[in-house]
Amino acid sequence: MALHKPYLDIPGTTIFDADQSRMGYHLNQFCMSLMKAANRERFKANERAYLDEWPMTEAQKQGVLDRNYNQLISLGGNVYFLAKIFSTDGWSFELAASRMTGMSQADYRAMMIAGGRSPDGNRFIGEK
Amino acid sequence: MARVTAGVFTSHVPAIGAAMDLGRTQEPYWQPLFSGYEFSRQWVAANRPDVVVLVFNDHATAFSLEMIPTFAIGCAERFEPADEGWGPRKVPTVYGHPELAAHIAQSVILDEFDLTIINKMDVDHGLTVPMSLIFGQPEAWPCKVIPLAVNVVQYPAPTGHRCWRLGQAIRRAIDSFDADLNVQVWGTGGMSHQLQGPRAGLINKAFDNRFLDRLPSDPAGLARIPHIDYVREAGSEGIELVMWLIARGALDDVVHQAHRFYHVPASNTAVGHMILENRSQS
Repeated sequence: MALHKPYLDIPGTTIFDADQSRMGYHLNQFCMSLMKAANRERFKANERAYLDEWPMTEAQKQGVLDRNYNQLISLGGNVYFLAKIFSTDGWSFELAASRMTGMSQADYRAMMIAGGRSPDGNRFIGEK
Repeated sequence: MARVTAGVFTSHVPAIGAAMDLGRTQEPYWQPLFSGYEFSRQWVAANRPDVVVLVFNDHATAFSLEMIPTFAIGCAERFEPADEGWGPRKVPTVYGHPELAAHIAQSVILDEFDLTIINKMDVDHGLTVPMSLIFGQPEAWPCKVIPLAVNVVQYPAPTGHRCWRLGQAIRRAIDSFDADLNVQVWGTGGMSHQLQGPRAGLINKAFDNRFLDRLPSDPAGLARIPHIDYVREAGSEGIELVMWLIARGALDDVVHQAHRFYHVPASNTAVGHMILENRSQS
């Protein structure tokens, strides 16, 4: 019996449910390891070697190397765990979110100051 | 006996903590936000709690994917500010109230709310940013804090209705604690925001303001909002608002609204803030 997922018709949104969590377990646990300063240093010194210590898929490892956060979310990453990567890079949540929307940080910030992204037209996939 | 005197509700955006820690609160971007908390700092100076039960969510800090407790209560003597990836915030250690925490845990578990008990936990911005917003930057926090962590990271979070009823059970527990304590219950997180994916940046002022309109007078109605409505209308992280319903559940049915504030944006998030007083306990 599959999980009931009433949220699949929301555009541009991945809900971190049990299926995503299972797929992303090792990716997210890798992210968690970056909570320790010593691990951050080892990761920064040789990202590929550090990633190879984790039983992640090649696509997940490449997503980390590319800092492709939308890809990582589709592969089971959760934004609060992925935040450990972009914090290691010195990125703010604002910068990371802007990258996920494909906007520059300046344009994204301007959108937020103007009141944010409207829910109108953003509630359902295909909505006009 | 212990008395629940008030509830404080506020968003807990990490960038707010960073703005305070880096001395940026008077910059044009941040000044309007912090001005909304000037009242609250005066209010809390005049209404200083002995203990705050602080409802928050951990953001993949104390809890990885190894364990995901839906509700967990901090029973430790102290909780250190966590290193969330850029070093710990330089804010004071948070001291708990182990006796009251253990009493709440025992009371609500026997009242059929099965809390996880935490005896060691570092606390992240979800807890320390509300402390900073309300108390400013003291050398030591002026009260004890009982952290109550709620899972809103892996879907599903507990329902709003369950949260509201847990708040009522916490109130019954505090009411039966034999010590003269002024207790506040704080609900944190929200309001509308989405941090991930191409829809990041979603803000729904109409949804948020309806929520603020109804929080004092219609918590039972708010408790019936289904998860899909939060996600669709208030963004994937807007679901954090269920935590406000725990704090509201711990208050009287009829409350006095001492303060209401709303501001967009703080980083990616709509900031809501409210103070509700229990006139029966003052």
